[in-house]
Amino acid sequence: MAVVLEAKNLEKRFKDFVAVNKINFKVKEGEVFGFLGPNGAGKTTTMKIIQCVSPKTSGDLKVFGLDVNEHPREIKQHMGVVPQMDNLDPDFSVIENLVQYSRYFDIPIEEAKKRANDLVNYVQLNDKKESSIDKLSGGMKRRLVLARAMINNPKLLILDEPTTGLDPQARHLIWEKLKDLSSRGITVILTTHYMEEAARLCDRIVIMDNGQILVEGTPKNLIKKYVGDHIIEAENTIEIKTCLEKNNIEYEVANESVEIYSENVPHITNLILKKCTSSSVTARPATLEDVFLKLTGRKLRE
Amino acid sequence: MVTFIKTWKLNFIPPFLEPVLYLLALGFGLGGFIESVDGVPYANFIAPALVSISVMNASFFECTYTSFVRMYYLKTFDAMISTPISIEEVIAGELFWGATRSTIYATIMLPVLLIFGIIKMPSSLLIIPFAFLGGLLFSCIAMCFTALSPTIDTLNYPSFLFITPMFLFSGTFFPMDVLPLVVQYTALAILPLAHVVIISRELTLGVYSISLLASLIWILAATLIFFVISIKLMKKRLII
Ligand SMILES: Nc1ncnc2c1ncn2[C@@H]1O[C@H](COP(=O)(O)OP(=O)(O)OP(=O)(O)O)[C@@H](O)[C@H]1O
Ligand SMILES: [Mg+2]
Repeated sequence: MAVVLEAKNLEKRFKDFVAVNKINFKVKEGEVFGFLGPNGAGKTTTMKIIQCVSPKTSGDLKVFGLDVNEHPREIKQHMGVVPQMDNLDPDFSVIENLVQYSRYFDIPIEEAKKRANDLVNYVQLNDKKESSIDKLSGGMKRRLVLARAMINNPKLLILDEPTTGLDPQARHLIWEKLKDLSSRGITVILTTHYMEEAARLCDRIVIMDNGQILVEGTPKNLIKKYVGDHIIEAENTIEIKTCLEKNNIEYEVANESVEIYSENVPHITNLILKKCTSSSVTARPATLEDVFLKLTGRKLRE
Repeated sequence: MVTFIKTWKLNFIPPFLEPVLYLLALGFGLGGFIESVDGVPYANFIAPALVSISVMNASFFECTYTSFVRMYYLKTFDAMISTPISIEEVIAGELFWGATRSTIYATIMLPVLLIFGIIKMPSSLLIIPFAFLGGLLFSCIAMCFTALSPTIDTLNYPSFLFITPMFLFSGTFFPMDVLPLVVQYTALAILPLAHVVIISRELTLGVYSISLLASLIWILAATLIFFVISIKLMKKRLII
């Protein structure tokens, strides 16, 4: 498969502060590629460099085989963007927002109107076509921004936290649309704080922290590699911890509980119940969230 | 090339309303006590100044407060630069839009002044294209302030410290030659409105002098300079 995007030693500094620290990644055509990472990891900064709206400090970034510094116009012509913050124009109605935006791509007006109507349908905002932007809910705005990103029939979609703040219905609708777009061969790059979203949607993900990429891979492989199949949780007490240490069982402290990554659930569970505690011990399948917390720690970010 | 057409709706509080009030109060009210200025009836004297002030306000306030809101609060420029449009084109679009507003305001005022019979035709028609140039100048100056303003409140400083004195001392309501010579020269050197008034007045009175050419050159040069600077400053602010 063709490579749509390739970053080599991509770096971004704001004065002395390094926001993106020499990262390397490749996105292939038709892939859904996710960026995960705590607040301030550098996801939005990376997205903005890809969108050709923020210049890189050093390194190489090619989109569609074109250098972002030299061919921003050509790249942007075939890219759709959903920014982290909605930036719809409140002076215009829903449909006008789409038509106006299409003007910037030099789409002829008749064609623009047709696409705008199709897209309003696509994101199920038909009832709100003539509404002003102020009268839309957060979820509706997000859907409209997605529709707007599609107005130029992009080959590559960049979505920065497309579902943050949405209710489950709206989130599922966006997922459904992204899956549909991906099945039509559109390459999708997204950032998210929802691990479930990343696990469901993304073919491959990277986890970023402090401007660096910590790991890269398919959600499944990352879970397998860094956590294992299952997680056993027990209470976080001194007795349990000393008991686990005595039995050479590795554990991680997760606030109220201790977590044991394990391939052999019955064995460990029985052992803990027999030797360490009579209180509750639970086992559950490992998730991407476990990988994320393991790699980026549990401390809150500023 | 990207063609991009602005289709902003105009909020038409009739733009001639305020100038007409000035005209009635000053031109015909106060003007009753003033025989004439350099042989010109007072209403005829201030008519071109009122057009010039409209030209100034229409573009200056568009490219300060309105542009600031679009840039800072609505993130409109961010949305636009993620399309094939470049930041230079976005800002140039704002500047030309400001100039267009000035042209519209001047165009609407002309018939009103004509009804009062205080401007000469057809030379006054040249006010219309000239309003675009004058408007562009004020747009460019305004955009520099917008680019440098940390918050929307700091835009009040240029409004009070630049626009208000200019409104009063640019040969608008009294001829500049009553001012001390030094002040006159300073005003001519730094007040764009003074030059816009000189040209507008010669057009509406239909008498021409070499000042027209000098002022036109001043305006062209200043527009060019501030056009380049405003786009540079905006780029520096937004492309980070
Ligand atoms: N314009 C800027 N000037 C200075 N520092 C900036 C600027 N933009 C971002 N940063 C810094 O760069 C770092 C990365 O920010 P970025 O917005 O990319 O994070 P993020 O991963 O998108 O976070 P979030 O999940 O909160 O959206 C942060 O520490 C932020 O403070
Ligand atoms: Mg972000």
